[in-house]
Amino acid sequence: MMNPTTLLAIPLLPLAAAILAGLFGRVIGRTGAHLVTIAAVGAAFVLSAQTAYALLSGEVAPYNGAVYTWLVSDGVHMEVGFLIDQLTVLMMCVVTFVSLCVHVYTIGYMHDDPGYQRFFAYISLFTFAMLMLVMSNNFMQLFFGWEAVGVVSYLLIGFWYTRPSAVFANMKAFLVNRVGDFGFVLGIAGIVHFTGSLDYRDAFAAGPEIAAAKLALTSGTSVSAITLICLCLFVGAMGKSAQVPLHVWLPDSMEGPTPISALIHAATMVTAGIFMVARLSPLFELSETALSFILIIGATTALFMGFLGIVNNDIKRVVAYSTLSQLGYMTVALGASAYGAAIFHLMTHAFFKALLFLAAGSVIIGMHHEQDMRKMGGLAKVMPITAITCWIGSLALIGTPLFSGFYSKDFIIEAVAESHRYGASYAYVCVLIGVFVTALYTFRMLFMTFHGAPRWAHAAHDAAAHHDHSHDHGHGGTPHESPWVVTLPLVLLAIPSVFIGAYTVGPVLFGGYFGDSIRVLPANDVLGELAHHFHDPVSFAAEAFGHPPFWLALAGVVTAWFVFLQRPQIADAFATALAPLRRILENKYFFDWFNENVLAAATRGLGRGFWKVGDQTLIDGALVNGSAGLVATLAGRMRRVQTGFLYSYAFWMVIGLAMLLGWFLVRS
Amino acid sequence: MQGIGLLSLLIWLPIAGGVALLALGDARIQIGRWLALAVSLATFVASLSLYTGFDVTTSAFQFDERAPWIPAFDATYHLGVDGISMPLVLLTTFITVPVVIAGWKVIEQRAAQYFAAFLIMEGLMVGVFSALDSLLFYFFWEAMLIPMFLIIGIWGGPRRVYATIKFFLYTFLGSVFMLIALIYMYLKTGSYEVTAFHALPLSRTEQFWIFLAFFAAFAVKIPMFPVHTWLPDAHVEAPTGGSVVLAAIMLKMGGYGFLRFALPIAPDASRELDTLVIILSLVAVVYIGLVALVQSDMKKLIAYSSIAHMGFVTLGAFLAFDIHAATGDLRGAGMGLDGAMVQMISHGLVSGAMFLCVGVMYDRLHSREISAYGGVINRMPIFGAFMVLFAMANSGLPGTSGFVGEFLVILASFKANFWYAFLAATTLVLGAAYTLWLVKRVIFGPVANDHVAELTDLDGREFLILGVLAIGVLALGLWPAPLLEVMQPSIHHLVEQIVATKLPV
Repeated sequence: MMNPTTLLAIPLLPLAAAILAGLFGRVIGRTGAHLVTIAAVGAAFVLSAQTAYALLSGEVAPYNGAVYTWLVSDGVHMEVGFLIDQLTVLMMCVVTFVSLCVHVYTIGYMHDDPGYQRFFAYISLFTFAMLMLVMSNNFMQLFFGWEAVGVVSYLLIGFWYTRPSAVFANMKAFLVNRVGDFGFVLGIAGIVHFTGSLDYRDAFAAGPEIAAAKLALTSGTSVSAITLICLCLFVGAMGKSAQVPLHVWLPDSMEGPTPISALIHAATMVTAGIFMVARLSPLFELSETALSFILIIGATTALFMGFLGIVNNDIKRVVAYSTLSQLGYMTVALGASAYGAAIFHLMTHAFFKALLFLAAGSVIIGMHHEQDMRKMGGLAKVMPITAITCWIGSLALIGTPLFSGFYSKDFIIEAVAESHRYGASYAYVCVLIGVFVTALYTFRMLFMTFHGAPRWAHAAHDAAAHHDHSHDHGHGGTPHESPWVVTLPLVLLAIPSVFIGAYTVGPVLFGGYFGDSIRVLPANDVLGELAHHFHDPVSFAAEAFGHPPFWLALAGVVTAWFVFLQRPQIADAFATALAPLRRILENKYFFDWFNENVLAAATRGLGRGFWKVGDQTLIDGALVNGSAGLVATLAGRMRRVQTGFLYSYAFWMVIGLAMLLGWFLVRS
Repeated sequence: MQGIGLLSLLIWLPIAGGVALLALGDARIQIGRWLALAVSLATFVASLSLYTGFDVTTSAFQFDERAPWIPAFDATYHLGVDGISMPLVLLTTFITVPVVIAGWKVIEQRAAQYFAAFLIMEGLMVGVFSALDSLLFYFFWEAMLIPMFLIIGIWGGPRRVYATIKFFLYTFLGSVFMLIALIYMYLKTGSYEVTAFHALPLSRTEQFWIFLAFFAAFAVKIPMFPVHTWLPDAHVEAPTGGSVVLAAIMLKMGGYGFLRFALPIAPDASRELDTLVIILSLVAVVYIGLVALVQSDMKKLIAYSSIAHMGFVTLGAFLAFDIHAATGDLRGAGMGLDGAMVQMISHGLVSGAMFLCVGVMYDRLHSREISAYGGVINRMPIFGAFMVLFAMANSGLPGTSGFVGEFLVILASFKANFWYAFLAATTLVLGAAYTLWLVKRVIFGPVANDHVAELTDLDGREFLILGVLAIGVLALGLWPAPLLEVMQPSIHHLVEQIVATKLPV
């Protein structure tokens, strides 16, 4: 049996370190802060890996137990507890490993920042919250972790709190996530309504019962309870995992320091929605409608967010749109009932996307906090390690055969092709075109940043002044390779970006790795279908040349090479010819415009209207002050009385009453 | 009567302290401040025995004290607490301590009277929560208005006269109807005992009018839409301490009144009129939430936020009937009431803390306008951290107390009607929107002006009071079980009371 104390230590070590670095940062100093947090997260990683090893080698059985009772209300036990199975250990290892890399990287990246200790406290706190989320055995704790990672994300996006854009972005992120959570809470309430429990175990057991139930929405109409609940829960996932139309917060979240873009907004937190749906697969499997919805939303996100990566010039934002698009791929996999493929892509993506973000951060350091790719170019010569690792990450991202992203993405595409669910053909088209788009924007970024003629000779210097976080090492504005604490995590992440796919695809996707932790109905088992065609990773890679995704990716790379490196004038010509389309893309499909000028404005207008008309005119004006004669006369009298010493009269009145009362008391 | 009972001590010790302070006068205010602190601390420490000595297995009233009071009216001095009132008494004695400390340096005029008013009010409020004789309850209920009236009227802002009169008339008019209802029931039973009223059979019409009379008193107090407009005015004009007590404790009397009087005395009328209450509660969540969003005065914003949060109390309290109608059983009814109770306690801590935070800023800049601030965290990082924590609690973040009550009420309301839960859950967005937008404009950003640039961070005294409240907010959020445990038998008993019809069969 797993040792509950060990399990408890995994999230609590980072929490303790966060408290230490956060509250006593001045006492322990900068070195103290990074030592204590890195030690804690490192220990959490080692313990997670040990737990994973023990579980996967069959030494111990999955664990499901409570830590303490949070509260008991009306017979419903709400507990904090852990469910540790194959799905959980995979997430724990990914979270702690990426977190560890990011902790080390931060030493270099935040080197000169006055908020050094605070930053380490936040990322350790995040690690705690994320671990609580993935290790939970119940909906309450899932929601706790869910919101806690949201708060840390809020704090980190607004880490440079003097920047107006950062404090706007963090509020936006929190509020958009809250829209998702609104649905999430309703879904949880639905579960409690039908099962009287917040435990996954009880909810899964009651799944068929919920599937048979109807829920009355009005006196005449009722809907399938399981569909309503699953849709509500998925709305939560749409917020956290940034699916259209709740994706708007993720690009803006790039206002935060780069290490957290890698940790939170690429590798871990944003995948919480994917994890949640996979975790709750026994419920989602029961609603065909909800899965179709997931499929369509995911496909839309995968393709249309990819397009935006092509027109952006901010290196971090390109990677951010790429993240949105890849999250769309994972969501598509969920919608096709290929939960295993979604989690598999989540894992490979965590490595190569964290790598890409950290590489982008390394470029940003090297460029003295310049993020505009138009002012880069030719950096491969001065930043070789960054360039090579970034190439590795990019190759993994576009699905180059044998790289980790190849296996995970290819199986999502094939799973969609295999699926007969409503929306599957639309999704298939989207994910296929998405392969081309991914290769195009990825290599556009790669070429614009690392190759071609340098465009930074004159630009680098004045750029440093634009950012409050000045980072001048006295190199006089020339880009330079980053220190080892920055490049080491790049190398550490590059290794799994290459190998983890080929190494684990067989067992994870087709070897029954997930066991009972993911449940798929036999009729929906697309991965089971694919298993018949899969023999080993190398021959699968060899077969890739016969499949469209490979050629699409290659076409994307070639297009990027030709258009952005060889003949930049073509790009300009396209941009002019397709001006209306470009306008749509550059305005990000007008989502932000709509939210700010229609939704937010209408909400404020409504509030102001209620206040002025409802509260002030109708209630106060007509009812309260309008019973005016009375009030006015009384007020007039009161005013006169008050010029005397009303306060002291009144005081003595109270005391008199009190004494009277006391006297009765004593007399008895 | 043998000696003085614990509840009597909690009522009379602060009142005696208040009288002593008045006698001491402003001349010796140094001693006076320490006396006020000592009395409030002693009262709080004494009140802890209520918790430690509480029998969690029974719904019966405990710490019972009974003495003849006005024999001519059959009114007795009868005190006692159950799982519903005991946490509220503790909240009262707890909140008074930071309030006294908060006024330490700030109040310069008539300081002795200021502290005396708060101590006397503390005693009276404990009286409200522990009186089991309804005339005694009424006495405390009305008497408590006077110190609050004075606090706003003497130490308040420029429009304090308007605010005090509005406050006084509103609440006084409401409670007059309650008095009539109490006297009516006295005439039927020959006693003012609350438990006698609980057992009194009443016809449908009688219950209807009695319910409305109680509703008038409690809806104003809590306050519910549309009789809420006195609260923002009162808060804006009140000094910080007054706002804290008003929000943290006085509003809870309305919620307590519903649980102790309206629901168990007129259960059939409650059932018939529950839709009205629920709709008004949901209006409070949505409409008031939107109104809070556009406020430019920090105190008004928090005042509107309080009304929205109190909507969860009335919603949770009246869910039982619809849950029964929708599902055929009562599972979830207790959860709604639990949620209402937890929401009251949590709001006491969170809103108190929010008003103290505004007070901290007001003491420095003498403005409550959001636009006068910006980038406060640059000069006051510790304060900024507290403010963000309390703002998160105000937006119902899990792990803080603000989450617990809202979560339970939303879970319970789903059982009654999907749309109740739907509208109630909008608070996740609205509550976060108005709170975080406030934080964004006040706390974050670059230093907005020269006044902000001169701000100094919390002193030890301010750190202490915000720190204590922060611990309370986190403790209740991370482990609410002890609070829920003491409530359970009383909540179960209440559910039984309100579903049992009083009508002749």
